[in-house]
Amino acid sequence: MIGFLVRRFIQAVIVVIGVLVLVFGLSHFVPGGEARAVLGTKATLLQIRHFNVKNGFTLPLWDQFYQYLLRLGHLNLGYSYSYNQQVWSLISDKLPKTLVLVGVSTLLALIVSIPLGILQVVRRNKPIDYVLTGLTFVFYAMPAFLLGTLLILYFAIDEKWFPVGFQQSQTVGDILRDPRALVLPEITLAALTIAAFSRYMRSSMMEAMTEDYVRTARAKGAGPRRVLYGHALRNALIPILTLLGLSIPAIVSGAVITESVFNYPGMGFLTVEAAYKTDIPVLLGTTLVATIATVVGSLLADVLYAVADPRIRYAR
Amino acid sequence: MPGDAVLPGSPEARDPSGSPWSSGVVAEGAITGVEIPPSESLIVAGLPEGGDVSSSGGALRQIVRVFGENKLAVVGLFVIVFMVLFCFVGPLIYKTNQVNGQQALQFSTQDARPSGAHLLGTDPQGFDLLGRLMFGGKNSLIVGFVAALVATVFGVVYGAISGFLGGWVDALMMRFVDILLSIPQLFLLIVLAVIFHPSLTLLIGVIALVAWLVPARLIRGETLTLRVRDYVQAVRVMGGSGSRIVFRHIIPNTVGTIVVNATFQVADAILLLAALGFLGLGLPTPQTDWGAMLNDGVNYALTGSWWLIYPAGFCIVIVVVAFNFVGDALRDSLEVRLQQR
Repeated sequence: MIGFLVRRFIQAVIVVIGVLVLVFGLSHFVPGGEARAVLGTKATLLQIRHFNVKNGFTLPLWDQFYQYLLRLGHLNLGYSYSYNQQVWSLISDKLPKTLVLVGVSTLLALIVSIPLGILQVVRRNKPIDYVLTGLTFVFYAMPAFLLGTLLILYFAIDEKWFPVGFQQSQTVGDILRDPRALVLPEITLAALTIAAFSRYMRSSMMEAMTEDYVRTARAKGAGPRRVLYGHALRNALIPILTLLGLSIPAIVSGAVITESVFNYPGMGFLTVEAAYKTDIPVLLGTTLVATIATVVGSLLADVLYAVADPRIRYAR
Repeated sequence: MPGDAVLPGSPEARDPSGSPWSSGVVAEGAITGVEIPPSESLIVAGLPEGGDVSSSGGALRQIVRVFGENKLAVVGLFVIVFMVLFCFVGPLIYKTNQVNGQQALQFSTQDARPSGAHLLGTDPQGFDLLGRLMFGGKNSLIVGFVAALVATVFGVVYGAISGFLGGWVDALMMRFVDILLSIPQLFLLIVLAVIFHPSLTLLIGVIALVAWLVPARLIRGETLTLRVRDYVQAVRVMGGSGSRIVFRHIIPNTVGTIVVNATFQVADAILLLAALGFLGLGLPTPQTDWGAMLNDGVNYALTGSWWLIYPAGFCIVIVVVAFNFVGDALRDSLEVRLQQR
């Protein structure tokens, strides 16, 4: 297992280094450079030249990259001219809120989709199986922005059960103190994950039920419940962990949409707002932080996977 | 990526080789429903996969038959054809002004309920909504098809070359794919959309730039198994060049995977464009797409203007579901054929 984890960790480090290079490279792709974005289209060539020298944009690329890494080491992600604030202070304010949104919805998705997948296997090819299969298809194709909008229309505007959205000034404490507003966004974000997970859970269970060890368990006289939960389920859960790791980028992307729909004061909302303002430092900052969070999340999922699967736990 | 269907689950969730979707109810029905006489399967086995369609008539017939037995797939195909006609031929029959904002403001009521004059009502700018569905849908479909095509072609060539070369080149090329895949898709898309101020062509490029990674991985995986096949060795012994092996022998043999993945790619591209449009980062006005229309509608949700939301939302969902049905059925019918090899 140690070997697997070390390899997996090295892989994550390589990915992070690659992302750093890429994000650094993207900042040089901005037409006219950052100078144009900050100073506007009317800036004179002299002003641009001055800006570039002052900010070190005339240094050789490798030197700029080195400076960039040094700054990152001090959590300096640059300065946002549209917010007049350090990018990191913007992000550190928003990141916990997004983690709450993503964490709760992922947990919710696992809690709902695993029993759902089992139910479909127990009742396979019965009406409930067909209904659930049909529903997963629809939810799989349902964009988060549409689902969120529909939920707001019915449950927030028509029925007034939940608030329509959030205030941008709310802190994590505010949000958790009145979790009613969280219900609709969590459902929105979880729904698409549930559709994919329960689908996968169903086929994973189905496959496990045909394995030799299930037949062996039956032959030993284990009852249907014991076969299902003691043997098939434990094995079927392992691929779900892999799927969880692979789904994290998609869930984080989903959070961007969900946050914009519900005006949720998180990283995704900040990203979209920065996009309107063409605030490149903020955009690249949120992208970098979201990606590193994603890589760490996937790494954790794989560690769990290694712990859960004896074939990996005992392998060298 | 629902909404994310933009973020439709994970890319791997749709891996044509044994994905969670392949064992659906649909799939089981389709596979068990096929009986291939031994003689025919022998012929199939002898044919090169893909390549010249006319020479593999038996195989093609079989694919069509398995596909046709899947009712959901036929419905999906019908929906796609209908929507293409609706968006491309519809405007010729149901003529509306969709580009001149001033004229729309002057000559029609804004945000009006569906009526005889405007079958689906009008939007807050005074544009006829039925006409706008066609107008926006055209963009959605064009971007969907072209971006999927570009992403597939590039991804396939990249993946095949990477898998064929192997060694450190392959490792390097695939790490690059890993790095891009680890950036949450929508973040990358937003950054690219902001850097390259989007026009229709640029948006296609941007979406393709985000979407080619999955086909690249899939084809690379298949190439790894194909490159050690006897016929590839034979070409090598006969002195065939690397590019000949990749383009004439390896890629044609992955055509099943390519076609299936390309179908899903179209659905994903439509969703990606819709997500960008919904965020207000999509096509510049007066152009629009279904996602941007939905965004317009949301701002008026409080006033109860349902006609601004449901039609566009409905179009996105049925087109995406249709492509998923067709993709699943294609995989089943092609997989059945692969099993005969």
